Amino acid sequence: MRGHIQIWFFGGILLLTYGVLIAATGLWELAAPPAQEPVLWQLHAPIWWGGMMAVAGLFYTVRFRPR
Amino acid sequence: MSLASVPAAALAAFFQTPVTQSLVHLSGIDIAIIAIYFAMVIYIGFYLKSASNTSEEFFMAGREMTAWIAGLSFVSANLGALELMGWASSAYQYGILATHWYWIGAIPAMLFLGIVMMPFYYVCKTHSVPGYLKLRYGDGARGLSAVCFAFMTVLMSGINMYSMALVMKVVLGWDLNFSIWVSSITVAIYVALGGLRSAIFNEVLQFLLIWLGALLIPIMGLIEAGGWTNLKHQIAARMGSTNYTHLWSTTAHFRDNPMGIHWTGLVFGLGIAISCGYWTTDFLVVQRVLSAHNLRAARMAPIIGAGFKMMVPFIVILPGLLALSVLPFHLVPQDVAVATGQHSFNEVLPLMLVRYCGPGLLGLGVTALIAGFMSGMAGNVSAFATVWTYDIYGAFLNKKASDSHYVAMGRWCTFIGVLISVGTAYLVQHAASIMDYVQALFSFFIAPLLGTVLLGMLWKRTTKAGGFWGLLTGTCTAIGLFLWVHLDPSALRYVALSPDAKAMAEDMYRALWSFLACVIVTVVVSLATEPRPIAELEGLVYGASNVPKEHDDFWYQKPIVWASMIAVVFVVLNVIFW
Repeated sequence: MRGHIQIWFFGGILLLTYGVLIAATGLWELAAPPAQEPVLWQLHAPIWWGGMMAVAGLFYTVRFRPR
Repeated sequence: MSLASVPAAALAAFFQTPVTQSLVHLSGIDIAIIAIYFAMVIYIGFYLKSASNTSEEFFMAGREMTAWIAGLSFVSANLGALELMGWASSAYQYGILATHWYWIGAIPAMLFLGIVMMPFYYVCKTHSVPGYLKLRYGDGARGLSAVCFAFMTVLMSGINMYSMALVMKVVLGWDLNFSIWVSSITVAIYVALGGLRSAIFNEVLQFLLIWLGALLIPIMGLIEAGGWTNLKHQIAARMGSTNYTHLWSTTAHFRDNPMGIHWTGLVFGLGIAISCGYWTTDFLVVQRVLSAHNLRAARMAPIIGAGFKMMVPFIVILPGLLALSVLPFHLVPQDVAVATGQHSFNEVLPLMLVRYCGPGLLGLGVTALIAGFMSGMAGNVSAFATVWTYDIYGAFLNKKASDSHYVAMGRWCTFIGVLISVGTAYLVQHAASIMDYVQALFSFFIAPLLGTVLLGMLWKRTTKAGGFWGLLTGTCTAIGLFLWVHLDPSALRYVALSPDAKAMAEDMYRALWSFLACVIVTVVVSLATEPRPIAELEGLVYGASNVPKEHDDFWYQKPIVWASMIAVVFVVLNVIFW
């Protein structure tokens, strides 16, 4: 598979996209809290979970980008 | 273990759920996350088409996979969404005992595959497990194994498909036909285009998604419960028993635990017959390891897979245990749920997902479930295409076709396999009990096949006739015991050695007896028939093969070192949760 895109690049793109979307949703909810808050909503899981996914996704995207 | 080992009663009950109100309501961002996943898997299929032109590329992913990719794919092919939901439900009902299916029921077998069996599978360059049987025992054993496997695989794929559609209906309120056709068309496109490589790529993505989508539940749950020690106390107080958090201490007698199992059944039935049968001879998972780029990667792949498999209870069993503590209501059996409108055991994972996850995270969790289902289907279909093309079509129907002809056959039978699966899905919709029988049928072949493959690899004296008649006798023994208990439930006391035994114990002992029957008949017939010359067994049997030496630069690169470390952690975990 020389010259082909590696699976880790696809995984990175997916993580980065999902991480950005989820973190952005979490930030949006700070301004507009949902009508039905999930348990432990005050921990703002979407922000840090989405943020971690975005960072990991960015690392894999850059590290395994097609050259 | 596979779908075949998820508690059949729990699943069957799930299929009878009347849908009055969905558990989850998706927002726009959730829908976007699901849509991105579908776009990604289809793109991967189109992208990999150019790398799947020869039969070696299409069916074996070019044998270019690294140990990590093959290992993640190996464990991911088995990590279906129905399995996650089924075992989370079991954990809620039976406590931490359900962990046995991930630890004793997987880890020793995976390590055994990597250390002992993989060299023979890999060195003989077989394309499939039936292919190994052909080399070792001839066309009879190969034909029997290939036909059984191909038939059962497409049926299992259909059951997987229907399961997904039903879960989507119960959890999201989606239409059954919509889920069946969208998932089947997607799977058909990306497997037919990219072959095994495409299936493996998507399995790795699915593995990431399942962990990211499900890991937040135990993290948030442990925060809410106040840690593991508090969780144990809360469960003991709420359930009035400390048995829910002990792995082995309640298995001295069938009566002492809610599963009705005994440690001998767990160790010998589950740990040896079922687990080794599944993880070392089921081509669906073995195919992933055969795609490794060298022998060392092929040996490391199951060991890496074992490391990840050992962690799966954290995202499957722990949510079930947490639900015992944190949910403000009790979950009930399916029939009670249907009658009273309460939530059933089977809904525990979606309920925990909804409890902690709002928009965005919810979409990620649902995508993980969909990915799990589709990956299971793709695994079945790609294995079916390989066995059909190599071990049935190429072996018996058209032996001299060109390589491109076999690739075309592989692509076409991917579509045909998906269509048969769709047909099975609709068949199961109208007769849910079929699912139980198909799962039982699948289990009939696994344990005897282990006996046949093991003796073939480890004993030079095993003959063609011994292999064939042993496999046939073991399979017939499993079918006979199943029918005996099915027609006369009181026979369970003989099959499972106790009147207090329950269904899961029956599965374990039936596998053990069929394995032993296979081994005994194989040995007796082999001793009575003419053995093959040693020269013909090169690369197939221990003691008659020159397995290439692996040259690792450092001691810590050796597969045996990693396998030993996994084995130590496995023992320590069992002692901690004794």
